[in-house]
Amino acid sequence: MSLAKIFGWFTDPANWQGADGVPHRVLEHLLYTGLTLLVALVVAVPLGAWVGHSGRLRWLVTGANAARAVPTLGLLFAVSMFVGPLIQSDLAFVIPSITVLVLLAIPPLLSGTYAGIDSVEPAARDAARGMGMTGWQVLTKVEAPCALPLFLSGLRSATLQVIATATIAASVSLGGLGRYLIDGLASRDYVQMVCGSILVAALALVADGLLALLEKRAVSPGISGRATRVARSRARNSDPHSEPDSDGADRSDPDPRQAALVGSGTTGPVQATATTGTPSERDRT
Amino acid sequence: MTWALDHIGDIMFRAGQHAWLAGLPLVLGLVIALPLGWLAARRPRLRALLLTTTGLLYTIPSLALFILLPPLLGTKILDPVNVIVAMTVYTVALLTRTVADGLFSVDGSTQQAAIAMGYGSFARFRAVDLPLAVPVIAAGLRVAAVSNVSIVSVSSLIGISQLGYFLTDGYARSFPTEVWVGIVACLLLALVFDLVIQVVSRVLTPWTRTVAA
Repeated sequence: MSLAKIFGWFTDPANWQGADGVPHRVLEHLLYTGLTLLVALVVAVPLGAWVGHSGRLRWLVTGANAARAVPTLGLLFAVSMFVGPLIQSDLAFVIPSITVLVLLAIPPLLSGTYAGIDSVEPAARDAARGMGMTGWQVLTKVEAPCALPLFLSGLRSATLQVIATATIAASVSLGGLGRYLIDGLASRDYVQMVCGSILVAALALVADGLLALLEKRAVSPGISGRATRVARSRARNSDPHSEPDSDGADRSDPDPRQAALVGSGTTGPVQATATTGTPSERDRT
Repeated sequence: MTWALDHIGDIMFRAGQHAWLAGLPLVLGLVIALPLGWLAARRPRLRALLLTTTGLLYTIPSLALFILLPPLLGTKILDPVNVIVAMTVYTVALLTRTVADGLFSVDGSTQQAAIAMGYGSFARFRAVDLPLAVPVIAAGLRVAAVSNVSIVSVSSLIGISQLGYFLTDGYARSFPTEVWVGIVACLLLALVFDLVIQVVSRVLTPWTRTVAA
């Protein structure tokens, strides 16, 4: 196993042509991921928004999260064994895998949407109503932008989950980059396996990077804390001692608990409420 | 059910292997994540760097990581060490943030009281900050444990022996019972891990119980 062999594989024109070529496999992988996310979004976003808005059926979110403990490989095998024989076309291999991928993408999207809507401060909602906004306006102009950061972090973990599981789904005959890993294993072609793994990892990293960029662009500055940060850096310029958290150990923050929920601790209360739901997925970049 | 009872010995044996492959990385990951999280909580600049790096590692899909590690570590592909290392990487990625968040959530006045009582930096971390962060860290550990148990089963695709064997073998033989046994066994193991972490967390934080009572 040497770098020369990996380089050789990537520069071999045979690996870039036809159904088993890199462009076709990447395209397949992206197609599965896109299709899965589309279906999962259609299911999870309205449901999550409704649960967050109305506060009813919260157990749906808890249940979906608990279902994540089911091993993905087992789910993949079980569903393809039961659904596969029912389908009489070429899609017999695709539909079961996509079904499992959708099932795996729903929990992060659902809890992201739910937590996002749920985290909107009641005062902000009341203020919007007091300004004369209709229910729909409150949802689209206040709740949706406030929920966006948590929703997008849910989308990020769903995307990563789908890309990773689509790779494993090659073992139940799905196409995509996982083919290099599974076929390479069957034919003991270790170079192909490593090169496939590099491609999968690269795809996941690029997808995550793009979504991180989207997160930065799409989230309103008032919510992401960018606006507050500018204001604070101005304040700091006028008074160098006014910035809390320059050293996390001896900070004199009036409310460190709230700061901790925010994560970075450099933003105002708006972000504190917007990011309390899933601190584990925030602030990656 | 009869199949499961007939093969109970094999199931327990592989459950033990599974527990080892998922559990040891939890311990190793925690040991590595504690100093990293401590650094991330104290130094905002390092925090961004540490969390971005661990976040990127977490992005790499598990099957790809299992295959990429052998040439990097110089191990054979069938070596369980690859799985241990991969799972440790994921655990560190999850826990560094949790430890940082947990340490950060310690009340500022509590820390100042500790400083006033004469605690040094490390003594305060050990005796005040860390115990108070236990509930948050335990929550992160539970997430990591459940995800580890699920991901370890994937390694049966490359031939590592654990409960995932029943999944791949059942599928290869078109024998659904075996697949279900594998799924249920994985779920039970995840449940056991979850309970153990909860119990340990409760034992380590007696003050949360006195407040509740």
